[in-house]
Amino acid sequence: MDMNEIKEIFFQECEEQLAELESGLLRLNDGDRDPETVNAVFRAVHSIKGGAGAFGLDDLVSFAHVFETTLDCVRSNKLEPTQEVLKVMLKSADVLADLTNVARDGGSVDQARSAQLIRELEALAKGEAPPAASASEPVAPKAAVAKPAAVAKAAPVEPVVNEHGFAPVAFSFDDFGGDEDDAVGDLPAYDIVFKPKSELYTKGNEATLLLRDLSRLGEMSIHCNMDSLPPLDQMDPETAYFSWKVSIKTDKGEDAIRSVFEFAEWDCELDVTAVETGEASDAATDDLPMQPVPFDLSALDGDLDVPLGVVEEEEQIAAAQEAAAETASNVVQMAGNASRAAASEKSVAAAAAQNNAQQASSAAAPTIRVDLDRVDRLINLVGELVINQAMLSQSVIENDSNGVSSINMGLEELQQLTREIQDSVMAIRAQPVKPVFQRMARTVREIADITGKSVRLVTEGENTEVDKTVIDKLAEPLTHMIRNAVDHGLEMPEKRLAAGKSAEGTVKLTAKHRSGRIVIELSDDGAGINREKVRQKAIDNDLIAADANLSDEEIDNLIFHAGFSTADKVSDLSGRGVGMDVVKRSIQALGGRINISSKPGHGSVFTMSLPLTLAVLDGMVVTVAGQTLVVPLTAIVETLQPDAAAIHSFGATQRLISIRNSFCPLVDVGRILNFRATQANPVEGVALLVESEGGGQRALMVDAIQGQRQVVIKSLEANYTHVPGIAAATILGDGRVALILDVDAVVSASRGQSLQLESSLAAVG
Amino acid sequence: MKKKVLTVDDSRTIRNMLLVTLNNAGFETIQAEDGIEGLEILEDANPDVIVTDINMPRLDGFGFIEGVRKNEKFRAIPILVLTTESDAEKKNRARQAGATGWIVKPFDPTKLIDAIERVTA
Repeated sequence: MDMNEIKEIFFQECEEQLAELESGLLRLNDGDRDPETVNAVFRAVHSIKGGAGAFGLDDLVSFAHVFETTLDCVRSNKLEPTQEVLKVMLKSADVLADLTNVARDGGSVDQARSAQLIRELEALAKGEAPPAASASEPVAPKAAVAKPAAVAKAAPVEPVVNEHGFAPVAFSFDDFGGDEDDAVGDLPAYDIVFKPKSELYTKGNEATLLLRDLSRLGEMSIHCNMDSLPPLDQMDPETAYFSWKVSIKTDKGEDAIRSVFEFAEWDCELDVTAVETGEASDAATDDLPMQPVPFDLSALDGDLDVPLGVVEEEEQIAAAQEAAAETASNVVQMAGNASRAAASEKSVAAAAAQNNAQQASSAAAPTIRVDLDRVDRLINLVGELVINQAMLSQSVIENDSNGVSSINMGLEELQQLTREIQDSVMAIRAQPVKPVFQRMARTVREIADITGKSVRLVTEGENTEVDKTVIDKLAEPLTHMIRNAVDHGLEMPEKRLAAGKSAEGTVKLTAKHRSGRIVIELSDDGAGINREKVRQKAIDNDLIAADANLSDEEIDNLIFHAGFSTADKVSDLSGRGVGMDVVKRSIQALGGRINISSKPGHGSVFTMSLPLTLAVLDGMVVTVAGQTLVVPLTAIVETLQPDAAAIHSFGATQRLISIRNSFCPLVDVGRILNFRATQANPVEGVALLVESEGGGQRALMVDAIQGQRQVVIKSLEANYTHVPGIAAATILGDGRVALILDVDAVVSASRGQSLQLESSLAAVG
Repeated sequence: MKKKVLTVDDSRTIRNMLLVTLNNAGFETIQAEDGIEGLEILEDANPDVIVTDINMPRLDGFGFIEGVRKNEKFRAIPILVLTTESDAEKKNRARQAGATGWIVKPFDPTKLIDAIERVTA
């Protein structure tokens, strides 16, 4: 794993943390005062900052730092998370997300906006009200968190074993060169008195290790004062009895010496004094009353390359001394076995209890992360398996007309298992719609800000799961619809108050499963569709005739027409050039439907119904002019055998079918797809009553129905090219490729827009 | 023999950086995602030194250090705290909980290895 991969992980993690941050802030906004929520929010920002620091993403670090400081005030109850405060924080979360995106993908952020938020956050942290928005004054980005001076790099330790035996051992990092003494002699010298307290050891520090570290700074001599060491029977093994006096020559300075003892600062007495050069080395041997102790480096660092023969004799004599030193300096486990066992049992039990409690509070199921490619490969393979299983069934049936029951039973079981495997594999890719819904919260905030409206987003059913591919494609149309709902749907606060509503508008986003599909509903409590205005606009844009007689529903659905916009002026939002027609098309591309219902004065409801997956489909296999086609089952309302009396001619070529006293246009699929030149006789075929997006019904004429089955969708675009009127292809049990009918395209082609379709299909052949 | 380091950090990014840095420096690395997991695997991991974050879900670094220090076997193990908070107050709290030393983030591989070497034999 290299740094780039870790960076990739960092950005993935950022996305999760940002989602966590946002949902936490929204919970706080809803009045949740659980300290763990605040902690989680704090942690999210903290984590982002930590990772960003490691990658030198200074902008991100400095913003996260300010944000974190303010959150810390909330965490420590210095700042009450009021709606005002949370508003700033939610905006800050948005900026943090922007900064993260910029750090990953490049580009630039709105400097003025982030500078403004930094000011607001800082003001909050100081306990002031957020300053009024004034984006004029640019604030220089804060310097990245100052990096503490790097700890002096340790020089490789080269032990010098001299001939003194018990005498102090001098440490030198230079080679055994003869001019060594001169060089060292010129270096500044320091006397260090180091007296550890017992706490030093209980915190896992080690006097010997600190001294070893010190030895890396320069040549030094060391004396251990063991005066306070009591007789063995009075000795408490966990008390510090020793102190050390060290004389060192180093050019690294006093700070470097002190930084060696950085971790031990609180737990020792440390005295560092600079001495005149020349005195230091003598002081160690002559002036001190203390008993010198051999300092055996090999005992401290097993990696050191010490010539064994030289050390050996020293070691033997030193062993006793060393043992004593070890006893005192290490925290020795001399406590009785029984008490130790009891203590550890207790701590384990305590940990377990805590563990249970914690687990209960955060009941997150264990998860693993899998590369999406692997899942996709699995899904493809299972798709092949399904096809293969169907082929096997078919050939068994064809070759074995007697129906050997054991084979048939085995096949049935295989079929069931295959279906289960397929469902399970699909479930792997299924994800809750929550992330998309959360993104919408931001969209709502931004548009509310731009339009000056006060909006509240309510979400329901965020945990409804749907295939990841569907989720990915859902965000864009949903964003646009939310924009529309706030921009066009909701009224300005004054107007709402005048209409007897609360000043704050509500946009509600819900998701639920309905008969094998996911239904997403977006409702607002705004003014509803102004049908007069829509109608006028449609007439102005030549969408409908001036005297057209349209039902309310039909008028409402006019907003899905291309190039339709009811906005009086091109605002910041509607100026994006995306209309509801695009929304409709992207929903349809997902195999979904969208409908609107509106009540003037009470708001509108957009209902989208989408397939749970884009990988399989329940379809009706039909024959049209000798070709096998699959019609998505969700589109079919009913099938019927037309009766000659029910067929009526209409105009030159159109025909209608009378179904329960209402007329429905009859569409010959074979003719529309140019499979045949003339219309088939309806009485010889079967009519499939389908519901199209506009809400109207059509009867599709096919020659025969073969059956109903689940098919694996194979994209035509990916393997061939887009064919109008055809949504995708599949492989049937007999190994043949069948085309999946795009019902909506066929229906709209039948409305007289068929020229383009016909010519292109003719080209396809 | 390789020295064993137990790292405890909830951030996947930092965990990976620790792993790469420590492995490159010749340490054996065992990782936990929070204090609870850290305590759970402590006995099995049997590390020579511990590096832990402070801000973590379920059980934070302070609690984790206290938990380790309560364990007879590990009460003297060197524990380094990864911290972005370089102010004395936070350090002091970590020390009171029983931390041996600290590494100030932003994460710097050299500093990390230096600090580990400073507290391990």
